[in-house]
Amino acid sequence: MEQNIVIKIKNLIKRFPVGGNFFTALKDIDLTINKSEFTGLVGPSGSGKTTLLNIIGGLDSPSKGKVSVLDQDLNDTSHRERARLRRENMGFIFQSYNLLPVYTVFENVELPLILNKIDSQERGKKVTQAIEWVGLSDKTNSRPAMLSGGECQRTAIARAIVHQPALVLADEPTANLDAENSHHIMKIMVQLNQELSTSFVFATHDEKIMAYLRRIIHLNDGQITKDEKIDNPKSST
Amino acid sequence: MLFKIAIKNLLGAKLRTWLNVFVTSLSFFMIILFSAMYDGMREHAKQVTINTEIAGGSYWHPKYDPLDPMTFEDAHSVPPIAIKGLVNQGKAFPVLVSQASIYPNGRIMPVIMKGIIPEQNIVNMPTKMLAGHDKIAIPVLIGRSMAKDAKLEVGDTFTIRWLDANRTYDADEGTVVHIMDTENFKLDMGHIWVPLHKAQEMLDMKKEATYVTYTKGLPIVENKGDWIPRDVTYLIRDMEALIEADEPNAAIFYIILLCFAGMGIFNAQVLSIFRRGKEIGTLMALGMTRARVVGLFTLEGGLNALLAAIMTVILFGPLLWYFGANGIWLGMDYSDGSMGLIVEKYLIPVYSVGLVVTTTIVVSIIVLIVSYLPSRRIARMKPTDALRGKVAV
Repeated sequence: MEQNIVIKIKNLIKRFPVGGNFFTALKDIDLTINKSEFTGLVGPSGSGKTTLLNIIGGLDSPSKGKVSVLDQDLNDTSHRERARLRRENMGFIFQSYNLLPVYTVFENVELPLILNKIDSQERGKKVTQAIEWVGLSDKTNSRPAMLSGGECQRTAIARAIVHQPALVLADEPTANLDAENSHHIMKIMVQLNQELSTSFVFATHDEKIMAYLRRIIHLNDGQITKDEKIDNPKSST
Repeated sequence: MLFKIAIKNLLGAKLRTWLNVFVTSLSFFMIILFSAMYDGMREHAKQVTINTEIAGGSYWHPKYDPLDPMTFEDAHSVPPIAIKGLVNQGKAFPVLVSQASIYPNGRIMPVIMKGIIPEQNIVNMPTKMLAGHDKIAIPVLIGRSMAKDAKLEVGDTFTIRWLDANRTYDADEGTVVHIMDTENFKLDMGHIWVPLHKAQEMLDMKKEATYVTYTKGLPIVENKGDWIPRDVTYLIRDMEALIEADEPNAAIFYIILLCFAGMGIFNAQVLSIFRRGKEIGTLMALGMTRARVVGLFTLEGGLNALLAAIMTVILFGPLLWYFGANGIWLGMDYSDGSMGLIVEKYLIPVYSVGLVVTTTIVVSIIVLIVSYLPSRRIARMKPTDALRGKVAV
């Protein structure tokens, strides 16, 4: 990996068609995120943070500019290659968990490993370990409908990190959770960041999350307005 | 990998899966049952004709043409010795056919009068009822529809007028000794049946016959004279032609049933797949390629069809078997021949291997197509739209 750089974005512009015109969601974004960073994209609704997260994850494509993730230029990759990049090297955490309702906790967490064709014995070990990390060992056979919001999000975290990806992208992971659960979730992610050296990028406007971030990139109206390093975040304690 | 996920999805979805499977299974059942009923109706008509009229085949007098009553006058002679031998062995029975007129309740009705041996048991007709009526001038057996038409009941008498071998008109009193319930309207409408010896006496055609019907499984005799052997294939050729002419109708009927089934399956599958737009977005976010997403949902459709086939056997199999064994009450009586074909009150469906295999394959293909098309459409969407559940039909 080029000097430990995980994400490198140059002159990114993203436009969406709205009626006969275009709405510019991201304007001239330049950004570099290194390995093991615990970074937040922070800004009000409509500031472009989810759009930026989706482009980093290869779920959306830029209108202009260059986006490179884990040494792969997303401008030049096919849908199939982007899918492989996500499958092998990324984990996603969504605001509404996006767990598959018919699967148990174990099966939801197992899914990325099945997609990566890991053999069943190793799968079992890794899933058990991931479920232990997030403290859901007693809920292994429960379905999402039987879990609380916090437990659902912990399952989503386990699913995002079970294949030990280099990068985890989390879109408003605590938006549907109360304060206690939010802190619990953040502590788990801080621990994973430290133990596995996984880079985390959050899209959030939740103050509780910001306290844990080591780097905060402020977005407003599709532009980066401020990029600050936090000296003593909760994540360092 | 896809198979494992597809199985998990199907078994995990429980009610949704079973509803889809039930709809598909119901389609299998309806198509098979209705098509089998249609086939059964045609097969039944053929079997009834063979059992009540044709048996193993007949030897016809060379001048006999059942479609031309004018030939009846000359179509009679003593059967050749070999054919007579069959009659003597009880393996065949002669029938003497002539035109006649009856006058029931003051009306005149042209009829075909057939003389038959009361003791015959080669065709399924209650001819035994004609025996033992020595005190009656002419004992007559008629069908239920004929009785209804002529307003006759058992014991009623009426005048019969006929032209004998000497071309002399004669008349006498016939008495209804039995009214038969037969599914073969060709034995019923416009027919009166009398004992053979009585017919021969009336027509002055001693030992003569128009045709001789023989039992099933007999080979053609060698010394048959100028009498013409007519096998089952020949005798049911009109019916076969009718059935063949009806093939396009049967095909249209089958296609209509398939369309109904297809619409049901399409609704169930499309609704199921479009409801899962967010799930598809999640799978794509987790790194599943579009091709695999489409493959997964198509495979789920295939497994759905397989489960439906199994469910059809378990759930509807006994019902199909019951109908196959006991028939289905039609609720109407077509024994007067108003359908133009022999239709029983209880219709017995005929399940051919071809019907079951074709239906299974065609319905499975429909399920695969209606699984493939919507999932392909969703998989073509941007993952971000799919994740938001922003799916448009």
